Amino acid sequence: MEALDPRILEALDFLPNYLGQHVILSVSALALGLGISLPLALWGTRAPRLCWFLLTTASVIQTIPSLALLALFYPLLLALSLLTNSIFGIGFSALGFLPSLLALALYSMLPILRNTVTGILGVDPAVKEAAQGVGMTPIQSLFRIELPLALPVIMAGVRTAAVWVIGTATLATTVGQTSLGNYIFTGLQTQNWILVLFGCVAAALLALVVDQLLAIAERVLGRRRRERVIGAVITLGALLFAASLTPLARGQDDYVVGAKGFAEQYILASLIEQRLNAAGLTASTRGNLGSAVVFNALRAGDVDLYVDYTGTIWTNYMRRSDTGTREFVFEEMREWLDATHNIGVLGALGFENAYALAMRRDRAEELGIRTIDDLAVHARNLVVGGDLEIFSRPEWAALIAAYGLVFGEERTMQPTFMYPAVVGGDVDVITAFSSDGRIALYDLLVLEDPRQAIPPYDAVLLTAPQRAGDLALSTALGPLIEAIDIEKMREANLSVSRENNQLTQEEAARRLWQSIAAN
Amino acid sequence: MIAIKGASKSYDGGRTFAVRGMSLEIRAGEFIAIVGTSGSGKTTLLKLINRLIEASAGVIEVEGEDISALDPVLLRRRIGYVFQGVGLFPHLSVAENIAITPKLLGWNEERCVGRVGELLDLVRLPRDLGGRLPETLSGGQGQRVGVARALAAEPRIVLMDEPFGAVDQITRGALARDYRELHERLGLTTIMVTHDVIEAVLLADRIAVIVDGEIVETGTSHDLLAESKHAYVRELMSLPRLQAERIGALSRKTAG
Repeated sequence: MEALDPRILEALDFLPNYLGQHVILSVSALALGLGISLPLALWGTRAPRLCWFLLTTASVIQTIPSLALLALFYPLLLALSLLTNSIFGIGFSALGFLPSLLALALYSMLPILRNTVTGILGVDPAVKEAAQGVGMTPIQSLFRIELPLALPVIMAGVRTAAVWVIGTATLATTVGQTSLGNYIFTGLQTQNWILVLFGCVAAALLALVVDQLLAIAERVLGRRRRERVIGAVITLGALLFAASLTPLARGQDDYVVGAKGFAEQYILASLIEQRLNAAGLTASTRGNLGSAVVFNALRAGDVDLYVDYTGTIWTNYMRRSDTGTREFVFEEMREWLDATHNIGVLGALGFENAYALAMRRDRAEELGIRTIDDLAVHARNLVVGGDLEIFSRPEWAALIAAYGLVFGEERTMQPTFMYPAVVGGDVDVITAFSSDGRIALYDLLVLEDPRQAIPPYDAVLLTAPQRAGDLALSTALGPLIEAIDIEKMREANLSVSRENNQLTQEEAARRLWQSIAAN
Repeated sequence: MIAIKGASKSYDGGRTFAVRGMSLEIRAGEFIAIVGTSGSGKTTLLKLINRLIEASAGVIEVEGEDISALDPVLLRRRIGYVFQGVGLFPHLSVAENIAITPKLLGWNEERCVGRVGELLDLVRLPRDLGGRLPETLSGGQGQRVGVARALAAEPRIVLMDEPFGAVDQITRGALARDYRELHERLGLTTIMVTHDVIEAVLLADRIAVIVDGEIVETGTSHDLLAESKHAYVRELMSLPRLQAERIGALSRKTAG
């Protein structure tokens, strides 16, 4: 038998953790959703107007894209945490488990509500009248007659909800909750399709297994064995309780390193973790966080440190539309972060990961394009491909305004797919990232920005307010400051996303450190 | 035992009436049949007595108490009710169906089990039927279980809504006879709604005839067969009379 692909073996290593967390999250969310929607639905069957309100609300929630719902809960919980902290002195971590739990529980509600209402209202009126006629109170009729008779329909709803929740739980990764989505998001960013497939298959299998378990549960419930029903309720309750304890206990590690959802961030987070370990400190990484999520997490202290880019802070948080030299932007940013958020800046790493317009070299030469000024002349006949957020970012507006750019068409896509798209000719220009190794790999031409419309994007190490003056931290990470030039970073980025001889992020981080230490 | 005084039921605030100004006295131990066409208000009258339907006007007394002052749930637990189409709970076994009202009254398990056995004997069903689900029963067996359930909590009053419908003639006759015997033996007061006047004549002590929500005449089978002021009642009673005459003639012929 041929040996398994090493990438599968690597994926298997993470399985116990990812799967465990995924199960805990899904089961808790389903239990919470069931715990809320079942009583509400039962009440709703007695009050038509409430019923209408519940079903409409649940439908509206269902139309919110799951990714957005998850992301919305984070700032909401953060505000709540700050509030409880200021009133009772009790804060809680608004990152990871809690927002995922709440968003998924909300998602599970529609099928449970709808099926419960349908099931209960569908019970034969003659049987309901008989229940009343033999002397049952409305509550007795509900629990002894209507609920057992509606059980198959209700369980169908619960099973639908379970499958939805398990599928959607993969998105919890984006708010810092480990799940099987970690495979998918990491795989997407590093073009590791085996990892993506692994995550999808694992989630699908889990959904199938849970669906079957619920089918068995339905048969057991159907037999009306009261002791078993009570047993199941207790088991579920205990599981929920155990699950609710895990996220509250913050990891035992000294530091939590944050990372956004792309390859460079994974490598840098691994590098930071390795340096901290080398200094005898422990650390864990919360990866795949959204840009806004990780910044807020740092501000709230859920994350101790992470790497961001000066231009991102400059435009998104400082809301500046002007620009300046790398030094000017860096200093302004440092002062602003300190003054408004108590966020520390350990220093710049030495390279920029800026938005840059890139084209295939032969195509650019054919059209005589070297700078963005040249591009503006032809833009009307060209298609530009960008990542999911660029076209709505202030930098893009500034760039458009500075050069009078009007493209024939704008197309958004996963950053991973931009490079093959421009190489294959599907798009003419892409909003590349200047530290991406694929610029060199595909021999793309990065267009010059003579009007300096794009602000500098120096990679900078930010630290949470509670880490101000942490000597151990600054000593351990000091060697990284101004030590990574753009070539080193591009090579490291390429090494985790190339087709052949692909490295893990940890391995890439180790090699990056070797090249830093060699200098 | 039961006194209905000017009971009315309207679903539209008094424009039309399902039951209008009905008065009826039912003595303890009496078996009374309520006869009328479908939609005449028979079932409504029956449900007024155990408050499955609330009267719009009038007073109904059960064992001397005005039922509007009683807890309807407790009232229903002391009155047996046999539903049209039986209405057994499909997810409960025969024994659980029968024991439902005793359980609601808080009888202990042992007393419930004993009572179920007794009732199965009483309605002439084998005791091992207790573990089966209603869907496995024949029509006649289901109706016997319906009767057993109504009698389970030892009520003194039984209300029956077309209790012996939807089964073949022979089964129906046997059921009816068996029930009449139980009525005597247990000293019940029974009110039975039926559209079958022959059944009413054969079983009941007295018959109340309802037309369009009003009781037009009440009397023993004998009284109603003999004479009636009301055209509908005369027409209604002509059927059993003709049948009786024909069968009488036939049996005389056979005997002669």
